[in-house]
Amino acid sequence: MGFRVLKGGMLTTVQDLGRTGYQSQGFSVSGVMDVRSFKIANLLLDNPENEAVLEFTLMGPSLEFTSETIIAITGGDFQPRVNKKPVKMYTALYMHKGDVLDFAGCRTGSRGYIAFSSYLDIPVVMGSRSTNIKCGIGGFKGRRLKDGDYIGFRIKRRYLPYFLSRSLDLDEFDYDEVTLRVVMGPQEDVFTNAGRETFLNSEYTVTSDFDRMGCRLEGPFIAYKTTADIISDGIAFGSVQVPSHGKPIVLLSDRQTTGGYAKIATVISVDIPKLAQCKTDNKVRFKAVTVEEAQQLLLDEVAGLNELRRQIYQPCREVLECRLVAKRLSKLFQ
Amino acid sequence: MNEIKICTAGDSSLLIEFGQEISPEINAQITALVRMIKAQHIEGVTDMIPAFASLLINYDPRVVSYAGLRARMEKLLKLEISGEASESRIFEIPVCYGGEYGPDLQNIADHAGLTTEEVIQIHSGKDYLIYMLGFLPGFSYLGGLDERIHTPRLANPRIRIPAGSVGIGGSQTGIYPLDSPGGWQLLGMTPVKTYDPGREVPILFEAGDYIRFVPVAEEEYLEIKKQVDEGTYQCVIHQKGV
Repeated sequence: MGFRVLKGGMLTTVQDLGRTGYQSQGFSVSGVMDVRSFKIANLLLDNPENEAVLEFTLMGPSLEFTSETIIAITGGDFQPRVNKKPVKMYTALYMHKGDVLDFAGCRTGSRGYIAFSSYLDIPVVMGSRSTNIKCGIGGFKGRRLKDGDYIGFRIKRRYLPYFLSRSLDLDEFDYDEVTLRVVMGPQEDVFTNAGRETFLNSEYTVTSDFDRMGCRLEGPFIAYKTTADIISDGIAFGSVQVPSHGKPIVLLSDRQTTGGYAKIATVISVDIPKLAQCKTDNKVRFKAVTVEEAQQLLLDEVAGLNELRRQIYQPCREVLECRLVAKRLSKLFQ
Repeated sequence: MNEIKICTAGDSSLLIEFGQEISPEINAQITALVRMIKAQHIEGVTDMIPAFASLLINYDPRVVSYAGLRARMEKLLKLEISGEASESRIFEIPVCYGGEYGPDLQNIADHAGLTTEEVIQIHSGKDYLIYMLGFLPGFSYLGGLDERIHTPRLANPRIRIPAGSVGIGGSQTGIYPLDSPGGWQLLGMTPVKTYDPGREVPILFEAGDYIRFVPVAEEEYLEIKKQVDEGTYQCVIHQKGV
């Protein structure tokens, strides 16, 4: 009961919302890079909000199912196929025993997500199923998936109400440039006024130095007053740190817990997925918002996801007609 | 009293800066605040990262707003945060110094112009405050290494330093919690696992606790190691001030 990994892809790992509560002891949070795509994948299957999924990067995996389950694929468009026939993303898909899921190639975005209605049989380590590759804990044996791995399911769950309604509009990641809104601080005063102006009014380029730990950007030098070094302090998801070379680095899921470079700003939660889906050479601009605006945007996003949940949680026409047939049939047996 | 500053670190984190210096007094204030926040179970707080002179608090803005949490913290900070870390614990860490366990002990002694015995005596002669944990799981930034045994890092870092190694890097000393590359000069090794992902409490200590290195001979080292492997070893812990 599960699936075999025929091809591991480039970087396919088990992730949920991450290992919180242990940062004071030096554990990175890990967790998904694109929280929105992750949440949509789970909500399409009525999974708990924090159920573990597979996250893959730039090149998707190939999986052979050894039992029935329902999956949903979200994130960048990697052109998923089942038994070599194209299938829809952002849609609940019934997988039969023996079906092979693979991806024709990454068309937009850079990360994809697969959620499973039968839940991945991955042990919880310190409150999370997320893979922390650096420490070799969590996820599947603390590492990325390789060819030949086998992951089981925890439960048999092959029925979902309103199955045919479970399809949503795709999030579009077909962009070359993106504006990331930020809340300034905590160490904006380390930089000169001119430095802050540069940061907010320049175009930066995503370099190839972009992994789950962070994204290095290339562009105009951000001037600081005396030094960009600070006494090491805690790092938040989306922190934009600027070392003495003056170029911003946005810290992401696998970030270290603490660091000694000044952080000019923090990317707001709802915009981190936009960066997570960027590719090398994409252009990035920063725009300052207040913390109140950022928190309102986050609450709006939560409300939006709840609306999506309502949207899929109702019968569609086909289902109603099926029931009609079922009723007629059941009379024959009475 | 140092000036305490609260600022945003994005929409889901708040940073409390206690000053711009590294001192045991400031660190004790942070430890005390962390304990108060934990004791009060403040709604919405999801994680905390205490550091040398600051505390980063992660929170869920669905539960509490920045203004709400900030007000709560200001109230807590108005309470007398005493520098007395009365709840701090001292962990005894047995260390087998020198030989194959501490290949750089002679280096350290030569650099200091001391005998290896003197280095061991100085290194194990005091309790070290854990200012913060970071870099690796359970990696402790310890304060207060005696100046006489400050030793520069190796010019050529080792590819792999085994977990449990106790080393000196510049003015710092510490324990490698897992196998890792590194440039610290190694003076000994402890059989105690400061980090064990399979244990109920994966990391032995917290910021604000103290570490006391206790020299042990090789036989005792091996005996403790056996107990650690069997899961029967209990680390000796004292309450600070007792």
